Amino acid sequence: MTLWFVFALMTVAAIFAVLWPLGRGAGAENQGSQNQGSEVAVYKDQLAEIERDLAAGLIAAPEAEAARVEISRRLLAAAGSEPAMAPKSSLKWRRVAAVLALVGLPLVAIGIYMPLGSPLLRDFPLAQRERGSGSGMAQSLENLVVQVEQHLEKNPTDGRGWNVLAPVLERLGRFDDAVRAYRNSLTYNGESAERRSDLGEAIAAAANGVVTAEAKGEFERAHALDAGDPKANYFLGLAAEQDGRKDDAANIWRALLAKAPADAPWRPLVQTSLARVGGDGVTMPALSDETIAASKDMNAGDRNAMVRGMVERLATRLKQNGDDVEGWLRLVRAYLVMGDRDKAMGASTDARQAVANDAARLRQLNEGLKTLGLDG
Amino acid sequence: MIAEAGHYALVLALALALIQSIVPLIGARLHDAALMNVARSTALAQLLFVGASFIALVTLHVNSDFSVANVYENSHSMKPLIYKITGVWGNHEGSMLLWVSILALFGGLVAAFGNNLPLSLRAHVLAVQAWIASAFYLFILMTSNPFLRIVNPPIEGRDLNPVLQDIGLAVHPPMLYLGYVGFSISFSFAIAALMEGRIDAAWARWVRPWTLVAWIFLTLGIAMGSYWAYYELGWGGWWFWDPVENASLMPWLAGTALLHSALVMEKRNALKVWTILLSILTFSLSLLGTFLVRSGVITSVHAFATDPTRGVFILLILCLFIGGGLSLFAGRATSLKQGGLFAPISREGALVLNNLLLSVACAVVLFGTLYPLAMEALDLKISVGAPFYNLTFAPLFALLLLAVPFGPMMAWKRGDLLGVTQRLLAAGVAGLVAVAIVWGWASGGSTLAPLAIGLGIFVIAGAVTDIVERTGLVRLPFATVLHRARGLPRSAWGTAFAHAGLGVALIGIVCETTWNSEYIATMKQNDVAHVAGYDLKLDGLFQRQGPNFREMIAEFNVSRDGETISVMTPSKRSFTTRGSSTTEAALLTRGASQLYVSLGDATTEGSIAVRIYHKPLVLMIWWGPVLMAFGGMLSLSDRRLRVGAPKPARAKQRLQPAE
Repeated sequence: MTLWFVFALMTVAAIFAVLWPLGRGAGAENQGSQNQGSEVAVYKDQLAEIERDLAAGLIAAPEAEAARVEISRRLLAAAGSEPAMAPKSSLKWRRVAAVLALVGLPLVAIGIYMPLGSPLLRDFPLAQRERGSGSGMAQSLENLVVQVEQHLEKNPTDGRGWNVLAPVLERLGRFDDAVRAYRNSLTYNGESAERRSDLGEAIAAAANGVVTAEAKGEFERAHALDAGDPKANYFLGLAAEQDGRKDDAANIWRALLAKAPADAPWRPLVQTSLARVGGDGVTMPALSDETIAASKDMNAGDRNAMVRGMVERLATRLKQNGDDVEGWLRLVRAYLVMGDRDKAMGASTDARQAVANDAARLRQLNEGLKTLGLDG
Repeated sequence: MIAEAGHYALVLALALALIQSIVPLIGARLHDAALMNVARSTALAQLLFVGASFIALVTLHVNSDFSVANVYENSHSMKPLIYKITGVWGNHEGSMLLWVSILALFGGLVAAFGNNLPLSLRAHVLAVQAWIASAFYLFILMTSNPFLRIVNPPIEGRDLNPVLQDIGLAVHPPMLYLGYVGFSISFSFAIAALMEGRIDAAWARWVRPWTLVAWIFLTLGIAMGSYWAYYELGWGGWWFWDPVENASLMPWLAGTALLHSALVMEKRNALKVWTILLSILTFSLSLLGTFLVRSGVITSVHAFATDPTRGVFILLILCLFIGGGLSLFAGRATSLKQGGLFAPISREGALVLNNLLLSVACAVVLFGTLYPLAMEALDLKISVGAPFYNLTFAPLFALLLLAVPFGPMMAWKRGDLLGVTQRLLAAGVAGLVAVAIVWGWASGGSTLAPLAIGLGIFVIAGAVTDIVERTGLVRLPFATVLHRARGLPRSAWGTAFAHAGLGVALIGIVCETTWNSEYIATMKQNDVAHVAGYDLKLDGLFQRQGPNFREMIAEFNVSRDGETISVMTPSKRSFTTRGSSTTEAALLTRGASQLYVSLGDATTEGSIAVRIYHKPLVLMIWWGPVLMAFGGMLSLSDRRLRVGAPKPARAKQRLQPAE
């Protein structure tokens, strides 16, 4: 309510600024300024100035005389042509101006302010917010994260803080920041298998789920610290699968399941993964049943997005490990199906470069490309 | 409440400006004093409301109220207080608010101190001011509103561009805007004169001091900006002929011309129409500068944000005021009374030459700035840089400087070129001796450099000669000289200082560009660099935590001939919030020369890329403008009327007029 009161006061002040001169009689005060501002006054001042300069010895008598003649001539001309400015007062127009101020000004002000301003929003100075943060003010997760980040900016060696921050960042999808946080946690809290594999997971997440060489390195170190660490084992299996070594993957996961407690929450995940690579001797479908089921329910756009995501993952993996001729051919085919011939050509060139050192693979690749209609 | 009250105050200022742009004009048409006086009170009220609005924004920045989008985008709770305040105009919206605040300030000053102006002239001037103000209030409210709110305020802001987190931001933009916007006063006076169809003596008496104020601030603003670029950007360059710099140089050139022609008009009642045209052109160039910088046509440090609607809006304002002003001039100029006559060789003639050269120089810069933009629109990328300006701008300015000492020594109305040349003989000899000395002493560099230095000395000596002549230092007994020096109008001293400043700046520019030496290398701890006789030993690299940045400091031990002089600590600051970094160069001043060290990237093995420059007499580049501004202030403090006593046609010349 105070805000509207302040607005009203300000508006009144603005209106007053317009009405004030209108209300005052344009009499004596105005007459004075009329005289003072006229051209004649300036010339008279100039004549006085010449006398002063002459007295001070700044100009010589002949020059002073010439200047005096000049200015007097102008003075005469000015006195003759001074427009007769009889001050008139036109009541009608003063009334118009008054109405303009009383009605027009508030209307314009409100008309412009209302669509732009947010009169219902109070101020949020930081000091006040920090005081009031405990008392019921809903803090969003982002704001809490920012506070922790500020704290760590000032005390970068607080290992516990990094430990708390890292998983939150990962959940928020800020994978690169999460990687940095896990690294700091490792630096200030010391080595542990769990932290290493968490770091590896964050790196893999940052690479769209591809277990990169860097991530794999972290899992291997975690494995070396603790051979039984489930996360490290699972991801090493995944790395093997992504490299196309399905048997290795199956072996790793089988061993993990054998040692796992019966109620481990990650058991189902490993089991489905194992089924995917055909660890039970069953040949694996191109897509898992759930994925296919899921894709049936999707609309065309989502399905496209899913396919694109898969193709991208494949491309990323091949960029890191280019030996997989089958993979390359699948990628080129996928691009052709998606109608992106340029990318298909690009991928086949990349593939040739990747396997250039291996004659057998190169031949296999070239044959495959020929069947796809991409003749060298 | 502060945010909304500030917002509402800005809206009220717009409403008042709209009234101020109409009512006084009706009053002037009807000769109604009360209606004309509305201009005065509304101008003052406008100043009050814009000032309140500006203070509100400053308060919001200081309180880190991130519910205001402008604060969120440009501030950070951990920023030092001074940058919280300067950050207000370190962004597009805030800087436009500063722009209109200064505009309102000038309008308020005219309203408050314009008692000796004819009533109708004051009404017209303030109405024109209000047109400009209305256009810019609308621009701010519609396209760049600093008071827009965020419903769910974030807890931390995005911080100010690190390059701008410097004391330079506290000085450079306000100065520059005082200059740019100050020219709006002479523009408003010119338009008012055209609308009234008459220019009287009161007109000239008012325009000159206002132009001078604007010119002083613009001079200091440009010099400050140049020095800021010099130490902040890490390359040791002080002028790049970058379009944004040109945008400030053009109003300065036109403003300098205006300053001189306004002088002729005030003293001699001549050059009236030309002064009007220059007033319009100068402010047009200021607007053009605002457009170039604010529209995003050019990407640079100054283009805080780019948004096509802003560009189009400013372009509209630009067309309206420049087009309107010039067509009004074309329509009405012929109806103005012509002023006094003068011989071609006279003080007036010299000032016409000055105006001619400055205008052509300004046109050259304008061409160099706009041509690449026009070409870019046609998909041709060309850049116009130093070589172009060296070939065009430099000769024009050399000619101008050659003429500078002659001007103040000429008599009004009819002068004596031969006599003046005789009296400048000593200055000329001083210049030639300087050329000879520099030629013999200096090694390397352009052959033009000694000539340019000689020219600089000639300009300075010319300014000294003028003062010597006026006080009669050589001819008269010392007591008389002292008396005369005291009696000499401050404007005469002002002229001498300002003209000498030109020479000082020229010498600095020539020395810096011709004889600077640089050393670029990757240095490890205890490595020693030898530059221009100085030995710089890298003592080590340190890390330090600042309030909102982390910095890496390199410590250099500077010695000369085995004697330790000082320690220099350049640094590299990285700001996490914006993820960017700045280089903080270290400067060591020795007389007018400087050693300049800035850091490049560090390598993993603990070595770091270092750029070391020795810049001889570089500080003179900025002393020059400071001297010019000082001269301007002296002249401004001289509240006498300006009367130019003409030289009588036949009378024998005994004493030179002081002015």
